Amino acid sequence: MYRSHVLVCGGTGCTSSGSEKIIQKLEEEIKKNDLTEEVAVVKTGCHGLCALGPIMIVYPEAAFYSMVKEEDIPEIVSEHLLKGRIVTRLLYQETVTPEGIKSLHETKFYKKQHRIALRNCGIIDPENIDEYIGTHGYEALGKVLTEMTPDEVIETILKSGLRGRGGAGFPTGMKWKFASGNRGNVQKYVCCNADEGDPGAFMDRSVLEGDPHVVLEAMAIAGYAIGANQGYIYVRAEYPIAVERLKIAIRQAREYGLLGKDIFGSGFDFDIDLRLGAGAFVCGEETALMTSIEGNRGEPRPRPPFPAVKGLFESPTILNNVETYANIPQIILHGADWFASMGTEKSKGTKVFALGGKINNTGLVEIPMGTTLRTVIEEIGGGIPNGKKFKAAQTGGPSGGCIPAEHFDIPIDYDNLLSIGSMMGSGGLIVMDEDNCMVDIAKFFLEFTVDESCGKCTPCRIGTKRMYEILDKITKGEGTLEDIDKLEELCLYIKENSLCGLGQTAPNPVLSTLHYFRDEYIAHVVDKKCPAGVCKSLLSYTIDADKCRGCTLCARNCPNNAIIGRVKEVHVIDQSRCVKCGACMEKCRFGAITKK
Amino acid sequence: MKSLEELKAIRERMEGIVGFRSEDSSMTKVIVSMDTCGIAHGARPVLTTLSDAVQEKKLSHIAVIQSGCMGLCQYEPTIAIEEPGQEKVIYVNMTPEKALEVLEHHLIGGQILSKYTLNGSQE
Repeated sequence: MYRSHVLVCGGTGCTSSGSEKIIQKLEEEIKKNDLTEEVAVVKTGCHGLCALGPIMIVYPEAAFYSMVKEEDIPEIVSEHLLKGRIVTRLLYQETVTPEGIKSLHETKFYKKQHRIALRNCGIIDPENIDEYIGTHGYEALGKVLTEMTPDEVIETILKSGLRGRGGAGFPTGMKWKFASGNRGNVQKYVCCNADEGDPGAFMDRSVLEGDPHVVLEAMAIAGYAIGANQGYIYVRAEYPIAVERLKIAIRQAREYGLLGKDIFGSGFDFDIDLRLGAGAFVCGEETALMTSIEGNRGEPRPRPPFPAVKGLFESPTILNNVETYANIPQIILHGADWFASMGTEKSKGTKVFALGGKINNTGLVEIPMGTTLRTVIEEIGGGIPNGKKFKAAQTGGPSGGCIPAEHFDIPIDYDNLLSIGSMMGSGGLIVMDEDNCMVDIAKFFLEFTVDESCGKCTPCRIGTKRMYEILDKITKGEGTLEDIDKLEELCLYIKENSLCGLGQTAPNPVLSTLHYFRDEYIAHVVDKKCPAGVCKSLLSYTIDADKCRGCTLCARNCPNNAIIGRVKEVHVIDQSRCVKCGACMEKCRFGAITKK
Repeated sequence: MKSLEELKAIRERMEGIVGFRSEDSSMTKVIVSMDTCGIAHGARPVLTTLSDAVQEKKLSHIAVIQSGCMGLCQYEPTIAIEEPGQEKVIYVNMTPEKALEVLEHHLIGGQILSKYTLNGSQE
């Protein structure tokens, strides 16, 4: 037994900010101080506050160290772990109060969160199945196999009101019900969509990295419910830590007999294999994903037939997202009513969001459905850096839309977001401030879609390209008002005629920015100005002759020698040579350079 | 693994360990002074004994915490018990055996063991 547990985040965020080295150093120092028998170092998944990584929590004191550096470790070990003196100056400062350290749950970031899908992330060692079992892991599987009929399982999930967390929000229980007919007589499959592709979204990665067993357990439950014996997890190869931990988890579950033949002596067999995606965005679309598992080029196919009827290898298949699965064992253990008591009328439970963009607490949060955008951004997210003004939040990635400031108090759920022209999406939430140009944002997402369109259907393949070209023209100041009309017409056409979800939703970023920020498009087209000062072609830098002291600093820093002037004389920018990088403005000590 | 009992056995073994990583204000704190003076008087075995016993007995409402010097160097090793809403009780001149007695009588039984407290031992 250990008297102290040191939890170090081993998620992708903290790993890239150096948590591996922290763990090494920690182990070295613990050995040096002869504490190996007393202090355990546990590598966990994501704690959520990625902006403050690497993160380290010491229990039982629950001391939360943030932005830990290798050179801090000897002090933490000799002071805190050996002598019990918490190194307050290295703690997350919000937890430090005059009365002592405040619980993490009391901090603004965690206070309004409610963790169901992320309940084990950052708490257990994801590479140790025993720790998962220690938090009631695999008990839900035991319960369904020994106490419930498959129909009762489906009924429970239906009653809980759980909807797919991958984006579209289809009721999970309904999906299972559709695939449940003719159990035992036909081959069926259970698939997990872990091909998280939206830019800025990393919810599924964090669940897989922090609590991989929950997905395995839930898939086995789903297998029992519909009568399938084989599961596939389709995960991006770009998530190496998640892939590794899934492999370990599957191996351990097989060793324990929690996957394989005759689980818990019930006669039910279930096994899971991994399939790695090669990084195509379209493979997150369910039919393309299955085509890819089958070994073919990842292209979507028309629906119907729906996967529940004819899915993987032409067999009935259910396909759920990682976060959806992460809710299942909890629903089984605590009951449908418990889950349905959270959230709004039509959106039950919680939702995980990956906060990114112009926000102080970049990271992962799980909130009850119905929480307002204001709470998420201002309280949990800690607001917008540098006192800038909130302009819009983008949800749903390239398939979603913008939520402008006027809807700041809207309770977040599936239907509310749809009604204002956005969508829940998988949970990426990108915050934009007054310095973001909405036309540029729309262009960014279109560039992504053009790149990721699989090319099978014409509206998506050619249509998105044409849209991108128009947007590009507008950002260069060459657009006309007719272009905006043409853009809108194209949007509607592509939406209606594309084969799969990728194309059908690709125009959303343009439609929603056109709806809420049409004035910005007009400014680009009519006034040839970019109000946010982003689009380079519409900008010019000038030097105010009254303020310039002729220090030559700007001229020396200009990468293209576009600034002319001698010492102690007023400098001038040669507009024909200026590449609009802004280096001069940054360097000027007298505020003489302005951007217009 | 072929039965729910085996699963339960693993859970029971692990529950105390994973439950160790929780926190809330309603927890009872058992604070062992672990400064140089305390360590020199043998505070470390007291701390580890208590911590092990609490985890073994799955007393998840109790956190065994170490602290720096309390200023009672001549009485080390010392333990302070802080229960929510109760006055702090300080036990002095602890050994692992005495600490287990305190755990049994005070933390589980609810009776202050006055023969070992700071006030009691001075009388």
